[in-house]
Amino acid sequence: MISELIINAFLVTVMLAIGIALLRTRTLIFTVVLTSAYSLVAALMFITLDAVDVAFTEASVGAGISTILFLAAMAYLPKEEEENINSQILPALTCILLGGILIWCSYDLPEIGLLSSPVHQHIVPDYILGSRDDIGIPNIVTSVLASYRGYDTFGETIVVFTAGVAVLVLLKNNTQTSKQKNKNSKRKVS
Amino acid sequence: MISSTIGIWNYWIVFLLMMIGLFLVIGRKNFLKKIVGLTIFQTSVFLLYITFGKIKGGTPPILNNAIDTVYSNPLPHVLILTAIVVGVATTALGLSLVLRINSEYGSIEEDEISAQDLVDYHDQIETSKKIDTKFIQ
Repeated sequence: MISELIINAFLVTVMLAIGIALLRTRTLIFTVVLTSAYSLVAALMFITLDAVDVAFTEASVGAGISTILFLAAMAYLPKEEEENINSQILPALTCILLGGILIWCSYDLPEIGLLSSPVHQHIVPDYILGSRDDIGIPNIVTSVLASYRGYDTFGETIVVFTAGVAVLVLLKNNTQTSKQKNKNSKRKVS
Repeated sequence: MISSTIGIWNYWIVFLLMMIGLFLVIGRKNFLKKIVGLTIFQTSVFLLYITFGKIKGGTPPILNNAIDTVYSNPLPHVLILTAIVVGVATTALGLSLVLRINSEYGSIEEDEISAQDLVDYHDQIETSKKIDTKFIQ
């Protein structure tokens, strides 16, 4: 029982190490690869935390598709991050203060894995029983996702569709303006 | 003592990861780094939610025929499944905005872009002044 938590603590510490490496690096391709590794370790953590559906979604979508998107965008972008001229003291102070407050509050959170913590009390037993008796799908996550919270999933589809349309519009304008720029520069030359 | 520290160790590290993500978003001037920070922040929030759903000695929430099985809480899993997909949509939108900015300004550093904006603004003011003087004459 406690070995699960120890594995968890180890994996989350690996994630912290990757995060610190992200803070230190200036090469953008390195940043993208570190983000991918971060997502993969997060997927491992989801498995040890019993969230198998979330784990394979994170491994395929978080570590796979978003890395591909980042690499595709990298092809058109500068490769190095420039040194900051302004001081970073104010953002760093903000983060340290906020993190300190959050860690201070974490003493009031229930310990990990307690059956008596408030999250497990309210509606979840109904979902677990209903998934067997009413819906008949063995995977409870699927039955909640597609049936009990079907409107949520519908909304998610709309969000993804909107984002896709927005990306298409942005990138289409992108090529048009570059063509217009070329035309303008040719006019200036002639 | 050790067990109680391990009991909230995840929360501490998850909060630190959140702060790393937040710092990348507000402290760095490179737009790609900002989007990476957003991804880091998102993933750490996912971890926080999934940590809440864990039950010690529980199994993944897939029904089996044993009588006294304890299932981990499936509700956070559902919420985070939705959030992961929406997160990728956000990343794609942000990246296309960065590409657009790069083709317009030739740079993805916040400082350079605001400097170029300032130069444009001064140019506009000077041209408007010239027009005004013409009218007066």
